[in-house]
Amino acid sequence: MTAHALQGDLESTALYDLPGPRTRRRHFLYGIVSTVVILALLAWILYLLFDTDQFTAAKWSPFTYKGIQELLLKGLGNTLKAFLYASVLSLVLGAVLAAGRLSVHRPVHWAATLCVEFFRAMPVLVMIFFIFVALKVQPLPALVAGLTLYNGSVLAEVFRTGINSVDRGQREAAYALGMRKTQVMTFVLAPQAVRAMLPTIISQLVVALKDTSLGYLITYEEFLHAGKLIASNLDYDLPFIPVVMIISPIYIGMCMLLSWFAGWVARFERRSVKTEAVDVAPAEPGTVLPGGPR
Amino acid sequence: MYVLTQNFSLYWHGFLGTVQLTVYASILALVLGFVMASFRVAPVGSFRVFGTVWVTVLRNTPLTLLFFAVLLGLPRFGLVLPFQVFAVLALGCYTSAFICEALRSGINTVPKGQGEASRSLGMSFTQTLGSVVLPQAFRSVIPPIGSTLIALAKNSAIAGAFSVTELLGTYKTLSELGYNIIWTFVWIAVGYLIITLSISALFNVLEKRWGITR
Repeated sequence: MTAHALQGDLESTALYDLPGPRTRRRHFLYGIVSTVVILALLAWILYLLFDTDQFTAAKWSPFTYKGIQELLLKGLGNTLKAFLYASVLSLVLGAVLAAGRLSVHRPVHWAATLCVEFFRAMPVLVMIFFIFVALKVQPLPALVAGLTLYNGSVLAEVFRTGINSVDRGQREAAYALGMRKTQVMTFVLAPQAVRAMLPTIISQLVVALKDTSLGYLITYEEFLHAGKLIASNLDYDLPFIPVVMIISPIYIGMCMLLSWFAGWVARFERRSVKTEAVDVAPAEPGTVLPGGPR
Repeated sequence: MYVLTQNFSLYWHGFLGTVQLTVYASILALVLGFVMASFRVAPVGSFRVFGTVWVTVLRNTPLTLLFFAVLLGLPRFGLVLPFQVFAVLALGCYTSAFICEALRSGINTVPKGQGEASRSLGMSFTQTLGSVVLPQAFRSVIPPIGSTLIALAKNSAIAGAFSVTELLGTYKTLSELGYNIIWTFVWIAVGYLIITLSISALFNVLEKRWGITR
């Protein structure tokens, strides 16, 4: 009997036997030793934090002022605003580009393919800087445009993979019923593809949320920018570490929440009867390898 | 057009900087990712917890925040290293979480019967993992790892904004010298296309050579 078979973990591969008493004791020992090592590491970091005076009242006092709290909240609001614009626009662009790539008209197909492959191969920061520096656009539109171009192209591939993964019989049945090309797409293929790809789509939105922090580099007044303003304040003895300790849990927490939601949607859709003719994708962001899964 | 020919050495430096960052960070990410993946399938509970926390936290951290914390934060603990080393650390740790997940899902694609069969032949954990499961998992992780490394190459652009020598950073010098900004960016874009497309070509070759469709 293997370990995972007994624990009911069906996803894993049987790598080792169910440990016997002696192995269990050895594993217990390993567990204790590694826990002690990890705790020691944490204690060392904590010691370093105290040693470099990161917990003095002067460094934490700014967070009690209303003005600074408002500055942080405004930064968070700006981050969420950029995320909202970018996600809505990239969903629209993704749908348009996917329709282009699936089109039977050659010029449309080639134009969409070129666009998708180019923007997926380009770092999103280069696009943002290009729009910001060369085209002299304001920070918010530059950030949103860059994120939209990149995530839109990745989402186009996600949508296309979804459409192609719908069971062939569905399309054939729809054509046999006398539906037109557009009807087959909008009433039969797209709804099932979106259901199948919803976990991937949400995971890609996590990428967009993470990338809104690039706005910091083009002086968009988002969350990180607000943190930097506070951190470089001499009055409070340069509270850099406290700022990081406040900002990162909020940022990481938001992304984790969205990732968890993607995983929950994946489990939900897998149980749903409406995804019988299509495989639900795992909750992972879209691939960037050109010529990826067909 | 003149922008490239007149400033070839500047571009070349930037290009080499990006390639260096990518290569070093890839090596770090592959090694760390492998270690974390083996932690996540290990029989010892605290290893599994450590691996899971590492992956969950790093996968959900914005890379800019990580760069911000590492490049500007670590020097405050008296740890003074060249910025390039910090950048490699940040990029490598960030990408290792994705590599770990790619490896782990690769291990999970190997049918369970394979592991059970090797167990019943009396092979140990190391033997099962090393000579039965990993060789098969390797074939199915080529595309996701390629995709992750391309993302790494593209993410290295962020290092440029934190004053590490790399390709995107060259635009600042060139725009100060008064060159046409659009052409400057066209050549930067070409540089990145060369890097990302050659990584994907490499992985397509690997995929043709070893990949199988299961």
